[in-house]
Amino acid sequence: MTTTATRTTASGPADRPDPQRQPRVLSFSHKLSRWDLKVSPYLYISPFFILFAIVGLFPIVYTAVISFQEWDLVRGSGTFVGLDQYIWILSQADFWTALRNTFSIFLLSSVPQLILALFIAAMLDKNIRSKTFWRMSVLLPYVMAPVAVALIFSNMFGDNHGLVNNILAGIGLEPIMWHKDPFWSHVAIATMVNFRWTGYNALILLAAMQAVPREYYEAATVDGAGAFRQFWNITLPSLKPTLIFVIITSTIGGLQIFDEPRMFDTFGRGGAANQWLTITLYLYNIGWGEFNFGRAAALAWILFIIILAIGLINLAITRALVRDEGGRGVIRRRRRRKGAQQ
Amino acid sequence: MSAISTPPLAVVEENLPNARRSRRTTRIRGVRAGFWVYIGLGVVVVSAIFPYYWSFLIGSGDASTINDPDMSWLPGGNFIDNALKVINDPAVNFWLALWNSIFSSTVIAASVVLFSTLAGWAFAKLRFPGGKWLLAFVVATMAVPMQLGVVPLYLLFSDLGWTGQIGAIIIPALTSAFGVFWMTQYLSQTVPDELIEAARVDGANMIRTFWTVGVPAARPAAAMLFLFTFVGAWNQFFWPFIVLDRQSPTLPVALSLLQSNYFVDYSVVLAGVLLATIPLLIVFAFTGRQLVSGIMAGAVKG
Repeated sequence: MTTTATRTTASGPADRPDPQRQPRVLSFSHKLSRWDLKVSPYLYISPFFILFAIVGLFPIVYTAVISFQEWDLVRGSGTFVGLDQYIWILSQADFWTALRNTFSIFLLSSVPQLILALFIAAMLDKNIRSKTFWRMSVLLPYVMAPVAVALIFSNMFGDNHGLVNNILAGIGLEPIMWHKDPFWSHVAIATMVNFRWTGYNALILLAAMQAVPREYYEAATVDGAGAFRQFWNITLPSLKPTLIFVIITSTIGGLQIFDEPRMFDTFGRGGAANQWLTITLYLYNIGWGEFNFGRAAALAWILFIIILAIGLINLAITRALVRDEGGRGVIRRRRRRKGAQQ
Repeated sequence: MSAISTPPLAVVEENLPNARRSRRTTRIRGVRAGFWVYIGLGVVVVSAIFPYYWSFLIGSGDASTINDPDMSWLPGGNFIDNALKVINDPAVNFWLALWNSIFSSTVIAASVVLFSTLAGWAFAKLRFPGGKWLLAFVVATMAVPMQLGVVPLYLLFSDLGWTGQIGAIIIPALTSAFGVFWMTQYLSQTVPDELIEAARVDGANMIRTFWTVGVPAARPAAAMLFLFTFVGAWNQFFWPFIVLDRQSPTLPVALSLLQSNYFVDYSVVLAGVLLATIPLLIVFAFTGRQLVSGIMAGAVKG
């Protein structure tokens, strides 16, 4: 159906590279087509692999090489120093502060974000008027650049006359030193992340919610389960694989956070006492503040290993959960249980 | 779709094998959402819009607005002035930044769509030795963080004399593992193998089959991939911030320069923020619907 409609338009450019399709010897064309069949798949995937080799694989390997060196910027080469750079990084108090901050900001952003996203998804999943309007509005923050979000929110979280502190003063509370106290600076930065990503995650969860067969809810209603119980016993277990997907992606993103902490004050170095220095920001400061590429490379590998470790832990959890009660397992079991009841 | 029009249970059970139809026919929570749902969604929407409004509020005031505890909740009249300050600031290069953002995002998105469609077609519909392994490799590369490559990439581009050039942010982004994965998923689910066989029997060679069967089928997914890549490339900061300079920034990089230039005058900074956000807001106004369905489709398949 689609092909017949579009063939007229698509065949225009396709006809041109085909002049050899006029009279030809059959055996030659046969050979040509077999060669075509064999080589074409590799030809189609080659752009990805060639580019990945140049801008992906080569830099990764080269980062490892540089991380074992004392890099000389002027000469553009390094001298081998073994694991010295790694040892240096791991012995820095700044690194451990950055690690703590990164995890703190990540937890403060992903946990409330996920809970909020679940609630928003549950509301969007209801039978509401003008669905598209609500969905689009929820996604609105997603199109704003993280840098822009950071500028707006660091303004609102101003220590002296920021909007939030004005409101706090208005209701008779002490103002909070958003840029002095590590914990509160993490809250402020996590708020920026939450602003941008909650709606996005809500839509992903909404999609998963809509895939839950509606008869389960009907059966539950017949059985007398209330809205909360239905959400807890039907919606949530069915969402588990999607929830874990969202957790993994937000972990990977959260551990790399840079834009928001960089823009949180005008100096962009992570605060006077490293209150909101994150690992990537630390990497930037070492690499392009001090121009010590050997150390920056070592830190990049440490960050990668951390991400890999957390990713593998997540994967293990995913497997365990999915096998036990997530996704199809639960549906099958419920179906079986329902069948037994009838 | 009220509760009354709900099909009886027996009908629902009959439809069970066909998940898609049963989903549609059994929207049984047909009772219209209650008042509190709209209140809840209203709060969410207001908090989504508020930062936009806030930047307009501050951006339309003057330097003292932000320090005024009794500030008005109505915008002032200085937005044009503040916006002009941003546009005319020689240190920020606003028009060049806008052009750089439009140009690089468009090229990146077009290239990602082209290469992802090609590779996705091969992975989804063509049989070749090693295909499964190569696809697994592509997916695995998604876990590699950008930070792992920045040092050598920076050295590479500075050796080439490309630092500060827009090419330095385009080249590394020309393909995307996510794009390949997305297209593979989509094409393997939407194009029946018979269609390809028919094209082959009719004498179409590989590239022609791709053009006449693959490309038309891929069009909806390609449009979504274009949108996502465009938005993603537009908002990119870490790498452009490292490799570009003041002379030729993208909009996010220009915004970061703005902050260090005007660190006291937030009215100019936030006017700039809004100015830099407007282009994407316009894109969103026209394509938000596709963006939403793209997220929802990707979630089901991913």
